[in-house]
Amino acid sequence: MTDARSALATRGSGAPVVVVKGVSKTFESSGGRTTALENIDIAVAPGEFVSLIGPSGCGKSTLLRLIGDLTAPSAGSITVNGKPARQARQDRDYGIVFQAPVLFDWRTVQANVALPLEVKGLARSEREDRVKATLDLVELSDFARHYPYQLSGGMQQRVSIARALALRPSILLMDEPFGALDEMTRERMNSEVQRIWEQTSTTVVFVTHSIPEAVFLSSKVVVMSPRPGRIVRVIDIDLPRPRTDDTRETARYFELITAVRETLRGRAGRETPGDVASAERTLAEGAVG
Amino acid sequence: MQPRSPFRAIVRGTLLALLFVAVLVAVWEGAKALGGDPWRFKDAAGNETVYRPPFAWPIVSDLSLPHVWKIWDALAAPVQRQQAQSLAGFLVGAAVYTGREAALGFLFGGLLGLALAAGFVHSKLAERAFMPYIVASQTIPILALAPLIAFAFGNGLVGIVIVASYLTFFPVTIAQLRGLTSPDPRAVELMRSCAASRWTIFWKLRMPASLPYLFAALKVAATASIVGAIVGEGNPGGSQFGLGRAILNFNEQYASGPEKLWAAILAAGLLGLTFFLAVRLMELFALRGRPQAAVG
Repeated sequence: MTDARSALATRGSGAPVVVVKGVSKTFESSGGRTTALENIDIAVAPGEFVSLIGPSGCGKSTLLRLIGDLTAPSAGSITVNGKPARQARQDRDYGIVFQAPVLFDWRTVQANVALPLEVKGLARSEREDRVKATLDLVELSDFARHYPYQLSGGMQQRVSIARALALRPSILLMDEPFGALDEMTRERMNSEVQRIWEQTSTTVVFVTHSIPEAVFLSSKVVVMSPRPGRIVRVIDIDLPRPRTDDTRETARYFELITAVRETLRGRAGRETPGDVASAERTLAEGAVG
Repeated sequence: MQPRSPFRAIVRGTLLALLFVAVLVAVWEGAKALGGDPWRFKDAAGNETVYRPPFAWPIVSDLSLPHVWKIWDALAAPVQRQQAQSLAGFLVGAAVYTGREAALGFLFGGLLGLALAAGFVHSKLAERAFMPYIVASQTIPILALAPLIAFAFGNGLVGIVIVASYLTFFPVTIAQLRGLTSPDPRAVELMRSCAASRWTIFWKLRMPASLPYLFAALKVAATASIVGAIVGEGNPGGSQFGLGRAILNFNEQYASGPEKLWAAILAAGLLGLTFFLAVRLMELFALRGRPQAAVG
């Protein structure tokens, strides 16, 4: 990490939060057997922001669901915070955000954010404190008593991010969280997520279709290819932080976007800038480290 | 985008209902004025006059469709000759009696429906095993089944409540199962991601999500429970009291006093309306704050 700011100093170092080793996932259906993921190795260091990007069918969402123990691997192992993914889920190490906000429409904003805290069984006073702090973080305190249907799509998604952060999870899983938003809202949400990520010590695994989004947010972009889902390449994103709207206009930003795009097109190594190629390393190496 | 105020909704609903009654009475008496039997009335000077409608339609004759005021008068008159009790008083008593049976049937049928749906949502196997029989049970006409139930459980309250429950559990089971499975699969995954137990998922997600479906079914069940209670009372050798018995008795006396049967039908209708409104009030309370589409 080139950024010297103390809040970020420990990011990207230390024992990995997530270790995926030799993971494959096959689905059986009447049409036969589909290999969604084949022999995936990946390691995510504490505080990293890792994006999974690739065309439809590359298994990026499946990989996210495997890490979150929402589905089980056909082969291989997944370790989170040094324990099996199942145990990590039982210990409530995860926060999760889907493409749709999936808010409970009978609960107010604050009651939606309180939901994971209720499930954990926290006392009311502690719940209220945490909800307040989390709503402050996503800047929605003024809407605490609103119902979800009274909010815009972008605000609803911020509520769902607040809900995911309420338990102060060590790892935040985001599955195309801004895929349903318009481009302007999406950029605003990206800046927001970046700010939240910097203010918390959360590790993020982020699935997206959008190359600019992946480059803007991530410390690492994992490029995947489909049928069967594989990791093609891992690209380190060395843009300085904090990233702002100006970052989106720098030459380096465009270089990295081009690098990701060409990797997605399967032309990696030929036309990518040399410094990107040198920054690249496979996640398998990271897993060992 | 504000949630609708329940109070305003109730006032508006009541006014519309009264307007509907006024229109119904106007059409009813208008038809009689056009094609009913002639009737006598006193004009402004106090002279007795006969009104003769221009047409003669059997369907609106005094026997088929008594005057609204005749039904009204009959309500105030004694229920039988030489009896002090008025027809209105008698019908209120009968409605309370039937309402009690129907309410118990509604309660037990509703609870049975809730329990079955809760069981089925957690066990696909149980659903596959029992659902065909539950559906088949509803194809048997209640008129055929009621005497069997009366034979097994006697003619008292128990048998009648069972008949009423039999008609109410079915809509509740079907709608509640649909309601409990209505949450977005991702909402279930969200609960699992914070290690929620099945029990917690049921009470914090499935149950609240099912309420709009449940109340739709309870409205059907509320009126079905009254039909069940009336049919149960009307069994051969069934109850000596209640609206079901009153309807059968007044049916036999129809030629001599058609107003009485109409009054009993009116009482049954009002009882059904009371049940329906009670469910509606519970719904407005339970679904307060939700988007209007869900409140209905």
